[in-house]
Amino acid sequence: MSAIKVINETCTGCGLCQKVCPYDAITLKDKLAVIDLHKCTLCGACVEKCPVDAIEITVQRRVQDGLEEYEGVWIFAEQRSGEIQPVVYELLGAGQRLAKARSTRLSAVLIGSGVEKLCDVLFQRGADVVYLADHSGLDNYHDESYSRILTRLVEQYKPEVVLCGATSLGRSLIPRTATELKTGLTADCTGLEIDPESGHLLQTRPAFGGNIMATIRCENFRPQMATVRHKVMVEAEPVPGRQGEIVRFEVKEEDLQTRATVIEVVRALEETVNITEADVIVSGGRGLKTPENFQLLVDLAKVLEGAVGASRAAVDAGWIDYAHQVGQTGKTVKPKVYIAVGISGAIQHLVGMSSSDTIIAINRDPDAPIFKVADYGLVGDLFEIVPLLIEKFKRK
Amino acid sequence: MNIVVCIKQVPDTTDVRIDPKTNTLIREGVASILNPFDAYALEEAVQIKERLGGTVTALSMGPPQAEAVLREAISLGADQGILISDKEFAGADTLATSYTLSRAIAKVGEVDLILTGKQAIDGDTAQVGPGIAVHLDLPQIIFVRKIREIDAGKVVAERMTEEGYEVVESSLPLLLSVVKDINVPRLPSLRGKMLAKKVEIPVWTAADLETDPDRIGLKGSPTWVDKIFTPPAKSGGDIFTGEPQEVVEAFYKKAEENQLFS
Repeated sequence: MSAIKVINETCTGCGLCQKVCPYDAITLKDKLAVIDLHKCTLCGACVEKCPVDAIEITVQRRVQDGLEEYEGVWIFAEQRSGEIQPVVYELLGAGQRLAKARSTRLSAVLIGSGVEKLCDVLFQRGADVVYLADHSGLDNYHDESYSRILTRLVEQYKPEVVLCGATSLGRSLIPRTATELKTGLTADCTGLEIDPESGHLLQTRPAFGGNIMATIRCENFRPQMATVRHKVMVEAEPVPGRQGEIVRFEVKEEDLQTRATVIEVVRALEETVNITEADVIVSGGRGLKTPENFQLLVDLAKVLEGAVGASRAAVDAGWIDYAHQVGQTGKTVKPKVYIAVGISGAIQHLVGMSSSDTIIAINRDPDAPIFKVADYGLVGDLFEIVPLLIEKFKRK
Repeated sequence: MNIVVCIKQVPDTTDVRIDPKTNTLIREGVASILNPFDAYALEEAVQIKERLGGTVTALSMGPPQAEAVLREAISLGADQGILISDKEFAGADTLATSYTLSRAIAKVGEVDLILTGKQAIDGDTAQVGPGIAVHLDLPQIIFVRKIREIDAGKVVAERMTEEGYEVVESSLPLLLSVVKDINVPRLPSLRGKMLAKKVEIPVWTAADLETDPDRIGLKGSPTWVDKIFTPPAKSGGDIFTGEPQEVVEAFYKKAEENQLFS
């Protein structure tokens, strides 16, 4: 028996399901909806839309034993070179909300070498407990050792929710941990709420390059795990003097074993390059015409204390390094202000920046698609406008 | 060196449009393409094979029509393509998908290196690669921008981070996921195109892979989509036109009013 079926007696052939299906899996044949089971992902969009309840999903889902033993909200406190990463404070902010909704405690997992001193700041930012694995062998991040320790901690203390930053470290670590724990993981959540009725975590994330949003559940397995990008959630405010409890994880030699070893860490980027962290990004595209003209953007970025981004066209032309590329095959950014200069706004670019708080577009062509997503559109020659902007904001 | 490349057929998101009236996705006429990141993984595999010898096997899990990307992989230099397809796999999340792919890789046999693109552009999770590594108990290097050294004994690769890169050394076998920076994919050769047309693409089903029925498809998926909705469309912004001086003045005034840069 298939997991989804159309009740032919009820179906009126209205075609609403066909329109709403994000996977193009429904066709109309003889005024009846027909579902292509190879394309269908059982997302349920059609079930919700059908005005006559003619589509049924019957699912036999497995349920993990001992679900009710899992309690508490955890966040992974990523540190690099002894510095807590800013996304951690945002995870603590989100974690506080979730822990409150579940009337439970918020804990942080801190792994590293000589990092015990960081516990205080985690307590101040809302952690009730810090699970600490502090060992000289944990100095650099390694997938295998970090994931092994996090997995052991989860198995021992059984939290119901685990959140992690969607950083280059987090996205390497946390899928390993979730797989070892055989539980679900939802990437890049922009919304995390507790369902008031069931108490389960509702995880909302963009799909299809941000064209649609999906809410994901992981009801029958624990922990419910999710990653969150930097600058998406609101930071937890520090409360000076706030205290908490440290629970130490005794690191054994076998925990440290790893086949892939970091032999060098290279910090190659200047401030103007770190586009995933910047509050202001000035991005350039084909309209800049030459690599030399990127200096104009560097100047504007400096005045606005921002970083320089680029469209794929500019990177492919060799005008600027790939590390600057924003968009589908580059980085996804969410700064407070994104300034697109001489970028027409191909969809591949838009998916990488459209969730920025404010978008400013500068382009000669008033019909450029970039203006459709822009909050402020400056129509005109960038070579005239950008120098004027630099002047204006420099004087400020 | 025996290399497996995991590839995915995805809708070309360039083609995806929102119907302004119904505010839903228009999928009609949307082309299916090889996931762009997987093209870099494939190219890297073919380059390694050209240097060190061995075979490149492309694997794809998907509906019968996903066969097309396997033919494309062969035209680009893969030696064989295998489609992993079964209605039982429907509804698979990243855990069930990575499990299923790991079973297929085990069936391929002695594998030294598994390559994937950093993520697929339809889901953007980047979770399946690390999942495969864990299911097969292998190390991984994720977001690789350059392979510095590779031989039968070890790999040294640069992995992209926010602040630069890390140099990671690992034993083989292992899984690598690659970013765009790693290479420039070649165009299909005429010979490759001819080969791709004729070649038979075997289909492996759940039974062929001896998968645990509790770990595939919907049943093996802890997560599921509860609801899909379209984000509210952005309302029109302020457009400034005229002489550059006027445009900048008008914008500057607005920027100050709304404290854009404070």
